[in-house]
Amino acid sequence: MSDVISALQGRTAEGVVTIQEMGLCGMITLRGDLADPKIAAICRDLTGHDLPAKGHATTTGETGLAWMSPDEVLILVPYATSEVALSMAQEALKGSHFLAFDVSDARAMFQLTGKYVHEILAKLAPVDLDPAHFPVGRLRRSRLGQVAAAFWKVDQDSFRVVCFRSVADYTFNLLAASAKAGPVDHLNG
Amino acid sequence: MLTLYCPCCGEDVDETDLHAGGEAHLKRFGPGSSDEEFEGYLFMRENPKGVHFERWHHTYGCGKWFLAARCTQTLEVFGTYPAQTLEPPKDIRDKITKKRPGWTWGALS
Ligand SMILES: [Zn+2]
Repeated sequence: MSDVISALQGRTAEGVVTIQEMGLCGMITLRGDLADPKIAAICRDLTGHDLPAKGHATTTGETGLAWMSPDEVLILVPYATSEVALSMAQEALKGSHFLAFDVSDARAMFQLTGKYVHEILAKLAPVDLDPAHFPVGRLRRSRLGQVAAAFWKVDQDSFRVVCFRSVADYTFNLLAASAKAGPVDHLNG
Repeated sequence: MLTLYCPCCGEDVDETDLHAGGEAHLKRFGPGSSDEEFEGYLFMRENPKGVHFERWHHTYGCGKWFLAARCTQTLEVFGTYPAQTLEPPKDIRDKITKKRPGWTWGALS
């Protein structure tokens, strides 16, 4: 079998804010009625987390849940377990109207860490990233420069970014350029 | 610069994250309708300088459609509301009446 590799194989740009492509990450898109208790149950079984509120994500390390739309949640699991997780979801939701799909190899994920992380993202997305309005756990789907992306705040100084694999290189370079240009020192003032 | 509140995902969304979907509250005329009705459905649109009702798609976000009431002259937004409605909700119409007395739009006023 051919070697499985992530889009940028962990490429990293160190700086005031460090940008790191996270390597292989398991991601399952699940669409359906999020009010269906069967969906909440399988999400909890797979991640140990309750379904996040609208516009939020709850993650612990590689595992967690990200609210993507009123009928879509992104399930995050270790890459090696995504196939099993997908079949468990399909088994658990049999009979319901749903769609579950393993998108691990169709996405790229980045970790952004550093004091000015809000500003590095705020330069690229039309989103109010003032820490007062964007607390830990908050998720937003928007754009980074020219491409669609989802990002959420993992803790005070770090964000996770997900984009399409085909634009991973662009997204990395964009984030790295924004970090290299440094803080505006406005949001952390 | 236009910022619209997406009632589907609850975010204040910049215009550049949205896609404009044309006039809201169109009634579809299909098979069995008269030529005039079908022509009206396909081609005839309001083109107001002022109060307007539009469809918007939250393309870069939740991927859902919603409707917006706004002023094409000042870009003032009167409100946004779910796409699953046949006419603008009363609170939004009242708000428009307060700000633009005597407004009309199609059969609405
Ligand atoms: Zn939305």
